[in-house]
Amino acid sequence: MDQNYTFMFYGFTAAWLVVIIYVISIALRERKLRAELDRVKRMVEGK
Amino acid sequence: MLSGAILAWNLHTMFLRVPDELNQGAIFRIIYFHVPSAITSFTGFFFAMFASVAYLASKNLRFDAIAASINEVSLAFATITLITGSLWGRIAWGIWWTWDARLTSYFVCWLLYVGYLMLRRAIDDPTTRARLCAVLSIFACADIVIVWKSIEWFRTQHPGPVLSIRNGGGMAPGMEAPIWWNLLALLLLSTVLIMLRMRQDAIGREIDSLRRYANAF
Repeated sequence: MDQNYTFMFYGFTAAWLVVIIYVISIALRERKLRAELDRVKRMVEGK
Repeated sequence: MLSGAILAWNLHTMFLRVPDELNQGAIFRIIYFHVPSAITSFTGFFFAMFASVAYLASKNLRFDAIAASINEVSLAFATITLITGSLWGRIAWGIWWTWDARLTSYFVCWLLYVGYLMLRRAIDDPTTRARLCAVLSIFACADIVIVWKSIEWFRTQHPGPVLSIRNGGGMAPGMEAPIWWNLLALLLLSTVLIMLRMRQDAIGREIDSLRRYANAF
């Protein structure tokens, strides 16, 4: 019975972890893209 | 916000209102993430297939961006389905995995969409990438039908239909309702994630056009 609850906990944790890791990866990608956009904009303005 | 509120409320319902299942005990609650994640991924893959068909018909790269965003988000939910299913199987069957028709066809589906994302990274030319990925997205979607019907077409270790919308489904209404609420919450969450991914794609296109403009001088 203990194992039953433990694996239920693992299941819920795994589900949330996948969502959280994916959201973090999206946020990091967004930050990288915005930095790149600023850099390219500065490069265009400098020309 | 709404998605988060529904998920939080459902956690309360799942743990405090729904009793343990007679044969499986507490582990049956994994179904409240396993099934909604699977249906969310199927829904996404289907919408991506329509976007891919729209791309092939119109050659508008915006449809390719929509399909890519949907497929990436849906793959995350497909991953949740595989992991939670494996954890449930470890307790219910005593094994992590078995090569039965439902599990194998879903794993093949997961591999196809991993392949889709790898293909996107491997091709630099936007139009070639969009064309090949659209074809793969349409082809991969055929597997969804096999996954969905596999528990009716084949004898599988995977449980038969449990939802009331399918023949043979038989859950108590009080136990089934949190599945639908969680599905709504995950569909809302996936919509938000898809919109974020599409915004990133738009930023990427803006960077590309600015680079082309800068290189023209």
